[in-house]
Amino acid sequence: MALSVNIRKKLGSFQLEVQFDAEQGIPLALLGASGCGKSVTLRCIAGILKPDEGQITLDGVVLYDSAAGIDLPPQQRRVGYLFQQYALFPNMTVRQNIAAAVRDRKARAGVAAEKLRQFQLESVADLRPDQLSGGQQQRCALARILASAPRVILLDEPFSALDSYLQDQLEVELAQTLEQFSGPVVWVSHDRGEVFRNCPQVCVIDRGTSQPVTSLEELFRNPGTEAAARLSGCQTCIRAVPGGDVVSLPDWGLTLSCRRSVPPEIRCVGIRAQHVHPAAPGEENAFLCTIVRQIQNETADVILLRPEGSAPQAPLLRMELAAHTRFPEDRITVAIAPQDILLLH
Amino acid sequence: MDWFPLYNSLRIAAISTAAVFFLGIWAAYYIAKLPRLVKGALDVVLTLPLVLPPTVVGWLLLMLLGPKRPLGAWVLEAFDVKLVMTWWSAIFATIVVAFPLMYRTARGAFESFDQNLADAGRTLGRSNTWVFWRVQMPVCKQGILAGTVLAFARALGEYGATSMIAGYTPGRTATISTTVYQLWRTNDDAGAARWVLVNVAISAVFLLAVNLLETRQRQTRKGVR
Repeated sequence: MALSVNIRKKLGSFQLEVQFDAEQGIPLALLGASGCGKSVTLRCIAGILKPDEGQITLDGVVLYDSAAGIDLPPQQRRVGYLFQQYALFPNMTVRQNIAAAVRDRKARAGVAAEKLRQFQLESVADLRPDQLSGGQQQRCALARILASAPRVILLDEPFSALDSYLQDQLEVELAQTLEQFSGPVVWVSHDRGEVFRNCPQVCVIDRGTSQPVTSLEELFRNPGTEAAARLSGCQTCIRAVPGGDVVSLPDWGLTLSCRRSVPPEIRCVGIRAQHVHPAAPGEENAFLCTIVRQIQNETADVILLRPEGSAPQAPLLRMELAAHTRFPEDRITVAIAPQDILLLH
Repeated sequence: MDWFPLYNSLRIAAISTAAVFFLGIWAAYYIAKLPRLVKGALDVVLTLPLVLPPTVVGWLLLMLLGPKRPLGAWVLEAFDVKLVMTWWSAIFATIVVAFPLMYRTARGAFESFDQNLADAGRTLGRSNTWVFWRVQMPVCKQGILAGTVLAFARALGEYGATSMIAGYTPGRTATISTTVYQLWRTNDDAGAARWVLVNVAISAVFLLAVNLLETRQRQTRKGVR
């Protein structure tokens, strides 16, 4: 039970080139900035859009193969697609929406009743979608998808249509629903928090091109590219020149030790805010910075720092510290452990 | 008072509205999917009857359907049926002039239809036909209805092309509009006024019905919130 995707498609000047495998029971996240091609990828899997070339297989069934001339219509693919705005039929009640997804005419009423019960929609069964709350709409869309007995579930930004305060509760519900589903799940998101909480496997898509599927820990420890580093929450990425086991950062006028050999193709390093700390005496990779600004968050403060010797337009360094830290001076010496420097392509 | 013109006008308008309903929806559905250039060209051709003078439409129809013209001569030869100067000849004229109204309003409705709904139906295993009749048409109901009403009203009021292709034969091809003209021409102002009143009454009832329909829809929608 697995979904395997390897497709290319040109849309105007945009080139999509995506390859990944999603396995049963391990939700795979497609993580990328808006407009990177995540939704287009889902549409190609569902058969709504046709790729230019490549293959898509699901449980050994070929859904699309440009070389073999196979292109199953969406009706035969058995793909459960949760649309961003849910795409509930506005002219039908909740019950009719769910029943519409049941292929077997005789089973229609029974399956609809069962899904209404399972998704706690019985009290709103005869209302229309625009009479439902955002959460009920999402449950209705999920119930409808599962009523169609899909072999794979595709979630397109499942919380983008909801107020953020609803998300926490619904995320738990959605995760529980997906746990009971016995096929692959592809979860499209631009929100790393959502991905971290729900998807053990991640495929980063950067401007149309997918990167190899990695585990969450790996994405965090070694994102590999600047896009992946930024998507995993690393906000400081700066141009770097490799030099043996050190990198020099011309924008900051600094050279940092990495204590490992730096591949010559490295162009950039990432520094996570939580890995920057006030330097202990004699610590490696310590340098003096000017405090530009202190941003207060709920649980931590982010301090924006300008390293001494920075070029005028150089990016600032971010340091995360416990909330309400006070600084006696407007300058501070900070340090980064060599192993915490992310080497990026 | 001879009520034939009313009966004739209503049946001509009803039949041509039924034809235009399907033709307009069919054209709107397929043309909305065409590449932009083809769409633009077809749009101009199909909308032309809306802006052309009805006499031009009538003349063009006579050039095509007249007993000595290609299509008319062939039909006369093959089926022994004359296409002009019968009561149903007017249907050709009303179809041509009412079509653009149906086509344009239907196309507007289809273009504002959320394509995700159709895609959702298809991924759930439903046929394109099911999606069209059970989702797209009900969702676009208001636009389709507006187009149908406009087409019917236009067909009912058609004069120019009708008078050219069906003429005015009392009791055979007379419609309300041609009757009003004929009565005025023969100085029967009282007779003309009666038919004018009939026409105004029909139009008023029609517009009232449309307004009622609209308010009811607005109310059901309000009740929802």
